[in-house]
Amino acid sequence: MNFPILSSLILLPTIGALFILFTKSSSGKYQSSKYVALFISLANFLLSLYLWYVFDKNSVDFQFVENREWLSGFINYKVGIDGISILFVILTTFITPICIISVNATIKNRLKDFLIAILIMETFMIGVFCSLDLVVFYLFFEAGLIPMFLIIGIWGGERRVYSAFKFFLYTLLGSVLMLVAIISIYWITGTTDVEKLYELGIKAEYQNLLWLAFFSSFAVKTPMWPVHTWLPDAHVEAPTVGSVLLAAILLKMAGYGFIRFSLGLFPIASENFTMLVYILSLIAIIYTSLVALMQEDMKKLIAYSSVAHMGFVTLGIFTMTQQGIEGSIFQMISHGLVSAALFLSVGVVYERQHTRLINKYGGLVSIMPRYAIVFMVFTLGALGLPGTTGFIGEFLILMGAFEKNILVAMIASLGVILGAAYMLWLFKRVVFGKINNQEFKSMKDLKTFEIITLSALVIPILFFGFYPEPLMNSIEASVENTLNMYNFELINNLASKD
Amino acid sequence: MENFQYILPEIFISASIMLFLLVGVFKKNSASLIYNLSNISLVILLALIINLSSLDTIYLFNDSYLIDNLSNYMKIILVGSGIFVMLTGSKYIQVINLNKIEYPILILSSILGMMIMISSNDLIVFYMGLELQSLALYVLASFNRDNLLSTESGLKYFVLSALSSGLLLYGCSLTYGFSESTNFDQILINSTEFNYGTTFGIVFILVGLAFKISAVPFHMWAPDVYQGSPTSVTLFFAILPKIAALSVFIKFLYTPFANMNDQWQTIIVFISIASMIFGAVAAIGQKNLKRLIAYSSISHMGYALAGLATVSNQGIQSSITYISIYLVMNLAFFSCLFMLKRNDKYYENIEDLSGLSKKHPILSFSLLIVLFSLAGIPPLAGFFAKFYVFLAVIEQSMYFLAIVGLLATVVAAFYYLRIIKIIYFDPEKEEYETSHNLGLKITLAISTIFILAYFIYPSGITEIVSKITMI
Repeated sequence: MNFPILSSLILLPTIGALFILFTKSSSGKYQSSKYVALFISLANFLLSLYLWYVFDKNSVDFQFVENREWLSGFINYKVGIDGISILFVILTTFITPICIISVNATIKNRLKDFLIAILIMETFMIGVFCSLDLVVFYLFFEAGLIPMFLIIGIWGGERRVYSAFKFFLYTLLGSVLMLVAIISIYWITGTTDVEKLYELGIKAEYQNLLWLAFFSSFAVKTPMWPVHTWLPDAHVEAPTVGSVLLAAILLKMAGYGFIRFSLGLFPIASENFTMLVYILSLIAIIYTSLVALMQEDMKKLIAYSSVAHMGFVTLGIFTMTQQGIEGSIFQMISHGLVSAALFLSVGVVYERQHTRLINKYGGLVSIMPRYAIVFMVFTLGALGLPGTTGFIGEFLILMGAFEKNILVAMIASLGVILGAAYMLWLFKRVVFGKINNQEFKSMKDLKTFEIITLSALVIPILFFGFYPEPLMNSIEASVENTLNMYNFELINNLASKD
Repeated sequence: MENFQYILPEIFISASIMLFLLVGVFKKNSASLIYNLSNISLVILLALIINLSSLDTIYLFNDSYLIDNLSNYMKIILVGSGIFVMLTGSKYIQVINLNKIEYPILILSSILGMMIMISSNDLIVFYMGLELQSLALYVLASFNRDNLLSTESGLKYFVLSALSSGLLLYGCSLTYGFSESTNFDQILINSTEFNYGTTFGIVFILVGLAFKISAVPFHMWAPDVYQGSPTSVTLFFAILPKIAALSVFIKFLYTPFANMNDQWQTIIVFISIASMIFGAVAAIGQKNLKRLIAYSSISHMGYALAGLATVSNQGIQSSITYISIYLVMNLAFFSCLFMLKRNDKYYENIEDLSGLSKKHPILSFSLLIVLFSLAGIPPLAGFFAKFYVFLAVIEQSMYFLAIVGLLATVVAAFYYLRIIKIIYFDPEKEEYETSHNLGLKITLAISTIFILAYFIYPSGITEIVSKITMI
């Protein structure tokens, strides 16, 4: 047995959190705990980069698998990664240090507790993407609710209590049905090990109900229309860092779950419900884009745009084509970077003026020129301009969709236009135009740590926008394998019917 | 005479009770002494039981008394939690002037009664044990006799409990009449054929037991008694009688009435669903923490009973695991409650927790862990408790029970979250005292760490419990 690299990835942030918990600061400011947290999260990031380096990109198997007895006799603690999950792991370890750097701009009180919450959260998020057992997956998936609930509730805005409760109860309600499904799978097949389940397959007669149970959980988490309403509330009230975590990583758990579990375990049901997902995705794309146009609050606008972007993701996944799924994964990574960047950008001006209302701003280009430039890059990334990551994702998804269903693809393309409309309009109202508020003239341009965090996000957005090859390489084999298994199951099922 | 070694724990505790009573009568101001002696005797009792637990199934006194894996395990967790209940409450009863010699002696007698209940294999022995524990509990509930609420709760508990005992006794007599025996195994042999008499007997017995375990619709006494009794007694109520009653539930359902499972299964499913839903919904509006925990325990009993409704060993084991984890969570919760003390006054309303996290980070963190665990959020122990139950329930394809139960956890999550919100999100209030007695601190630390770290080695309890097989 080699060094348990995945378990160390999962556990390292928790160890850091414990370390912070037991340190006392005489000044009560806990600056040192911030450095500890930063150090731990950067170490974790480097570890994940090393993981990517040694990862065999041509293999379709799960790698670095660890399998330990856990619930005696029937459920094992099993983790492992393939080409898809490794990207999400790196996204998580990349976003977390950025969050920790930007902490002192937004968090005024109880910094220590906040850092602990973020690090614990990182453990759970990495755990979700690594777990190869349904029960372990559920454990991490649900456990993430606790720190997020506290992040929104303790450090959030005015209506934080309402938002925190809504977030928690919505997600929990969706997830309990998944628990029923997981336990049912255990009794139907005798295992919850994902790899074994891929081999065994689940009988067609059970698949529809099980798919729906998983769907109820993932749809809330994605979020898909009509259960998306918790997201704008949660985003608006959460502190900037909380929004970043929520948009960049938490939402991706569901998209990842769709690929790994819905497609992988229930291919026949996925085929049956394709139309349902298409329709919900299209409504999400068109309807929430229109809603986003109407928003007066910047964070709310970005929150609705997240729903629309995730609509593209679900659409892409259920095209069941190589391009569509690759596009979806790419779109998730891209959205993880871009939405994190946008929320941080909003955080920058919010921290200076304590308002997020769009009409208060205007003419920022002449006050904060550097800010205007990075904000432009992120806006263009969000609307999918060629040369940014956003373009590649959307393009591939639409390509996949055109192959399957032209009507759906055409409606979805409208969403791209709407996306451009609300993002450009936001940019125009905030950055260009007259300076509406004379007080804003004294606003300072970006501080050093803001330059660090924002440029750390600009670089991958542009780099992978021009040169997506490294990411594509990593996912290609795994996606192909997923699709092959999927089609194989479908053909088997058809054959058994005849 | 050689049989007596097997009931050494019971003999020991009876002797201790009588000795302490004599000491208490003849020696002035010996309340604290007896309290500590009782605690020591409980530790010795635990050691005696563990010493016996390696033995096989043993029938005693014309098969009317049974020592097996089930009774041993239940007695161990019973006495074990008894020790912690005594430890946590020692300071409390001094502060509110309840430190009298009767208090520990009554606790010991009710533990003796519960041990007899757990080991009984005969209707008459069972009823004796039941009454011994109930009589001690009536007095304990009204122990704070200068307090209006406490006397009310004692009276209420007495009247309703006596009624349920009556029903239970009537059920026992019907069962005896139709199956011609009071011995559990004999009843099983004699009741192979369906008859209305035994069915009525089952219903009455189940009603009586459901009352003892405070399951809906026989729960009415619980909120008032929980609120009115002194908190140390409430803690006792929340844990020990439940362990005993659940164990008797298992005994009745799977020994004398094992052949009649198509008769009682629906009843248990109904009681279980009703308890889960009612406990979750009714707790939402509560303002008093003790009252809230009463409703919470009603819904927890619903989950424990769900395991029993499955008619499988897996189900029984899951219920036993559930009650084991439940008792730890309650110990932790009440330990936190005992720490809300300021100027010799204990606080027990939810608002008193407001902003607790700012001045008392460790206490609030423990409460946070306990509450999320009670709500059944992974990776805490409470999740595993529910997980095992639903694993057993779904194995028997009882999907309705599983889905209703899980939806009820979402409702229940709301009121646990509400307390967390008050602790963490609301403005702070006056500080509480921070010096507490060692027993209380140890109990809180052990139980919190147990809940928090349970996921690291979850097989521990299940391996012990998996030896308990009834079918």
